[in-house]
Amino acid sequence: MSGTAHGELARVVRDHAGRLAAALVSLTGDFATAEDLVQDAVEAAMAHWPAEGIPDRPDAWLFTVARRRGLDLLKREARYRSKLALLQWPTQPEPDDRLRLLFTCCHPALPRTGQIALTLRAVCGLTTAQIARAFLVPESTVGQRITRAKRKITEAGIPYRVPDPDELADRLGEVLAVIYLLFNEGYLTTTGEASHDRDLADEAEFLATLLHRLMPTEPEVMGLLALIRLHQARAAARFDERGGIIQLQDQDRSLWDHAAIEDAGRLIARAAAQRRPAPYQLQAAIVAVHAEARRWQDTDWPQILVLYTMLLGVQPSPITRLHRAVALRYADSPRSALAELDQLAGALEGYHLYHATRAELLRATGHTDAARAEDERALALATNPAEIDLLRQRLQWR
Amino acid sequence: MKYVLMFVETEQFAADLAAMDDAERERAYARVWQWFTEHADQVTRHVYLMPPEAATTVRLEGGDPVITDGPFVEGKEVVSGFAEVDVPDLDGALRLAKSWPGCPLVEIRPIAST
Repeated sequence: MSGTAHGELARVVRDHAGRLAAALVSLTGDFATAEDLVQDAVEAAMAHWPAEGIPDRPDAWLFTVARRRGLDLLKREARYRSKLALLQWPTQPEPDDRLRLLFTCCHPALPRTGQIALTLRAVCGLTTAQIARAFLVPESTVGQRITRAKRKITEAGIPYRVPDPDELADRLGEVLAVIYLLFNEGYLTTTGEASHDRDLADEAEFLATLLHRLMPTEPEVMGLLALIRLHQARAAARFDERGGIIQLQDQDRSLWDHAAIEDAGRLIARAAAQRRPAPYQLQAAIVAVHAEARRWQDTDWPQILVLYTMLLGVQPSPITRLHRAVALRYADSPRSALAELDQLAGALEGYHLYHATRAELLRATGHTDAARAEDERALALATNPAEIDLLRQRLQWR
Repeated sequence: MKYVLMFVETEQFAADLAAMDDAERERAYARVWQWFTEHADQVTRHVYLMPPEAATTVRLEGGDPVITDGPFVEGKEVVSGFAEVDVPDLDGALRLAKSWPGCPLVEIRPIAST
């Protein structure tokens, strides 16, 4: 099957598996069993569709398989079976229940790894094998995480519903954190090679888009969606043909998707109109300022500095201070950025980007030997192959 | 669904409580009693335990029962009491636990059977 056909299959499964899972959980009230049935149907689709083609009504196809499997499996559970036997597809009326599914998968009583695996399987329709490949962990590990998470949902009485308004802010934060982690995982581990059949960054964009459709007025949802789309819009310019990282200042900006960047900018403006600034909106706004600069020299650094200062206000962290220091370098001077970095030495001693940033600042202020020593420290701490490559080059050139 | 909220005291909490004057301690207890009053329709039963120094442990593994003084595990965090609650789901139990005005740790466990 060609790459495009593979992508099409993935998209179709993703569009329908989550809906089916949501409908079956609603119907039966049994999260674990409903999710198993959908997983079986997805695996059947993976086995049949590449050869037979994607059916005209993929949702009905998946439903029929899940239902037949359910009727087989649940012979002894008369009540459950009779409900399933009566079920027709599409269920009428057909509300999009996937919001409940998302909140259940991302319940704070589940461990983060379980939240992630369960969201990918139940909402995105990924198979256990696909999740294992994406995270480079054994399939049995993912299987275990999912089994444990589902058992916890059943045994601990984790509800299948959208949280009450007074809990919504906290619980939404949990869902956003899962999507953001997925995106980062996909974004950072990408090497620019042709991606395997499912890319975590795409899954994250799908989830953020879905969440935005289901909660269209939440500013942080808009912020996260804009942030993801802005990064995706520039993905084509991030790597050279050998898979090496191209830094922002050296990227060919004509390769960026400028229409997508403008769309994301409008989304950020709509979120900002609500005057509830929060981390994802501010991060998206920072990336938008970079994305809207026609050339690196045109970057509006004072604006970026203001946004980082706001971000520090709502979410103080040494990493944010590190990023803010980089803005300070261009908005003010490398010397003031260095002074700021000195205060972070204790907190970020073990973080490779702290040393890489310090190396750049030392180089900019003429301290070549000290810069080299910092680059070597960064190299010793880095784990991502593309980043290691970049640091090695820097040590060779200068 | 029924859950047990296990209230866990830390050394710091015990020290803070000991450092309070009588009036402050009265107010702290009053907040806890108020919590029980407010949630009387959900709390089906609750107990407050004597401190771990009053505990006795009996080991039945192999041979004759062995009786020792003290709790089975010496720790900085000790269960000081528990409440059985009846709520629709884990979110209901979480809501109760989050509003608990006493000790700083609460473990929630579903009840398997009674």
